[in-house]
Amino acid sequence: MSEGVDTVGLDTPPRLAVDRLLDDPETRIIVCCGSGGVGKTTTAAALGVRAAGRGRKAVVLTIDPARRLAQSMGIDSLDNTPRKVDSVGADGGELHAMMLDMKRTFDEIVEAHADGERAQAILANPFYQSLSAGFAGTQEYMAMEKLGQLRARDDWDLIIVDTPPSRSALDFLDAPKRLGSFLDGKFIRVLMAPAKVGGRAGMKFLNVGMSMMTGTLSKLMGASLLKDVQTFVAAMDTMFGGFRTRADATFRLLQAPGTAFLVVAAPEPDALREAAYFVERLAAESMPLAGLVLNRVHGSGADQLSAERALAAAENLEEGCIVDQESGKAGLRDAAAEAAGTSAETPETGSPTAARDTAEVDTYDEDGAHQADGTDTADDAITVDVITAGLLRLHAERMQVIARERRTRDRFTSLHPEVAVAEVAALPGDVHDLAGLRAIGERLAAGVPAGA
Amino acid sequence: MVSGKGGTGKTTVAAALALALAREGRRTLLVEVEGRQGLAQLFGAEALPYEERKIAVAPGGGEVFALAIDAERALLDYLQMFYKLGSAGRALKKLGAIDFATTIAPGLRDVLLTGKACEAVRRKDKTGRFVYDHVIMDAPPTGRITRFLNVNDEVAGLARFGPIHNQAQAVMKVLKSPETAVHLVTLLEEMPVQETADGIAELREAGLPVGRVVVNMVRPHHLDEDTLRAAAGDHRAGVAQALSRAGLGGSRRGGLAERLVDPLVAQAAEHAGRVELERTQRAVLNGLDVPAYELPLLGTGMDLAGLYALAKDLRKQTVAE
Repeated sequence: MSEGVDTVGLDTPPRLAVDRLLDDPETRIIVCCGSGGVGKTTTAAALGVRAAGRGRKAVVLTIDPARRLAQSMGIDSLDNTPRKVDSVGADGGELHAMMLDMKRTFDEIVEAHADGERAQAILANPFYQSLSAGFAGTQEYMAMEKLGQLRARDDWDLIIVDTPPSRSALDFLDAPKRLGSFLDGKFIRVLMAPAKVGGRAGMKFLNVGMSMMTGTLSKLMGASLLKDVQTFVAAMDTMFGGFRTRADATFRLLQAPGTAFLVVAAPEPDALREAAYFVERLAAESMPLAGLVLNRVHGSGADQLSAERALAAAENLEEGCIVDQESGKAGLRDAAAEAAGTSAETPETGSPTAARDTAEVDTYDEDGAHQADGTDTADDAITVDVITAGLLRLHAERMQVIARERRTRDRFTSLHPEVAVAEVAALPGDVHDLAGLRAIGERLAAGVPAGA
Repeated sequence: MVSGKGGTGKTTVAAALALALAREGRRTLLVEVEGRQGLAQLFGAEALPYEERKIAVAPGGGEVFALAIDAERALLDYLQMFYKLGSAGRALKKLGAIDFATTIAPGLRDVLLTGKACEAVRRKDKTGRFVYDHVIMDAPPTGRITRFLNVNDEVAGLARFGPIHNQAQAVMKVLKSPETAVHLVTLLEEMPVQETADGIAELREAGLPVGRVVVNMVRPHHLDEDTLRAAAGDHRAGVAQALSRAGLGGSRRGGLAERLVDPLVAQAAEHAGRVELERTQRAVLNGLDVPAYELPLLGTGMDLAGLYALAKDLRKQTVAE
């Protein structure tokens, strides 16, 4: 916890010190980004819980419409304003959580920037209604907007942002710029051409071109849609400057030293490829990358035993059963019967199944009982061999998963050796309560997958 | 249409389905709409251009074509096709109108993507035969799929007349017909299963045809729970001895084999927990009343051989019906 980055060795990437990042009062914004399905929301929530437990006054902004944060925090009353999450904070820390309602956020901007009548005209415009209800990109614009608002309120000393489940993690950065270039673009002026350009003598040539263009647009979109768009653009006109300024301000906020980007990924090729794009992009935008959170990494407490040796040992044990038993299948069935609590020596019922099992066990006793030594009866030894072989096969599978994940990770770290990594051990089940989030937080802070 | 929560492997399933359906000389088109070049990665091909390209030959001689739809190119194509707007199209682009249409304008992007796929569905060759027997789209994730497919309804409502209105209506007719099926890929985990359930409800409400649930990455179950309990309980010493017999070190306390027992049993307990969780999730899926396909988890990771194996598996399941 004393250093930001621990260098473990040449082969292993530097370790991301999550607690140090959370404890540093200079850290004011943490943005969790990455492709869909890698556990971004859970990571953001777990960071929030951990930060609050370490004395930060934190707010988590989630944008995902599937309400996963609500699920994972065990509350479902998340709405467009931050609400306090009970029994999370310690040492004066607090956690607030909110879910972005993009339509309401958009409406609020309109209401704040346009006078009553004009605001009503915009809110009632069909084009606006569709735009604000969330087509490609709106979520990203509004996430940026909300982040700016939360920062401006200055009620929290740490804001943790989850990013929308976009097709690409880069959308979060690109969408606001696209909106900006649209608002500044010539197209807006074309749409408003009848009102704005007309009448200026020097613009005559351009004017002809533009009315031809609006004619084409009208043909394409249908006159009514074009009219809706034009009315919308005209009504929004006064707000454009404000939009642009705010989007720029938020973008600058993301470049400021108090911001830390965490790229979240799972040890799978697709997710790490997206992560690599994002890392490169952040560097290009001079945005501060704190590191990579690699979720759902598998580990093993018995990693000294390789998959190959485990499999060989399992085969060895299974062969033993076959030799002793005449048939391996009979051994497996016996084992199952034994494990299910049907004692071979004391059959309880006369049902056909039990009778058959007993018959087989009897045969076995004749052949094998003499070979048994010590206190174990022979069928116990067989049962244990089958169980042990199963444990070994399970272990071999685990080691193969670990090897595959490590290869995938190494491909990333060889491209970006400078990026600090926190590996989060896979949990056997889903996380949907505070205890689970705390457990994730501990694993995040540990940064290496614990044993099995 | 193949959708699914992020991380469930929908691109892989879409590709495997395209291979599976390309049997006996049939031809399928695999369409990508999210610009990730996931198909090219999967097939080990170069980045796909905006052009239908043969990407694989299926066992039995069928062919799989692939197309990465680019909304901007689709719009220019569309303008060219319907309005012969060669230079005007370029002028529109210069103005930022194309950018506007494909990124900002509500839903137009989605209309173009679904529109292009529908065009491929309806396309016939000179002899009047359909060019593609099946068109498979690697569609947006479950959380957005209903909105994505239904966008044409919405746009048809916004643009109340004119060519966009007509186009949107025509696309909607194809999407809501029995020729379309929306398959949802899931894992046997809580959140993907929940999203699948929500997705099915939304699709049904919108009148869109729900196809199958595809349960992906199903793990093999090595040990049943009773066996695990036995291992964790009174058989610890026996397990240590068995490990030792198998040549993995000494079974006495502190011996190499003995030290393996705890982690192995812990791994087994984790596995049992997972099996139990999967059982619960399977029950939830069964309750959805949608027929399911199952695909196994490939231990060595996803590669081309694995893709063909999944296709074979899917083909067996589709033929069995």
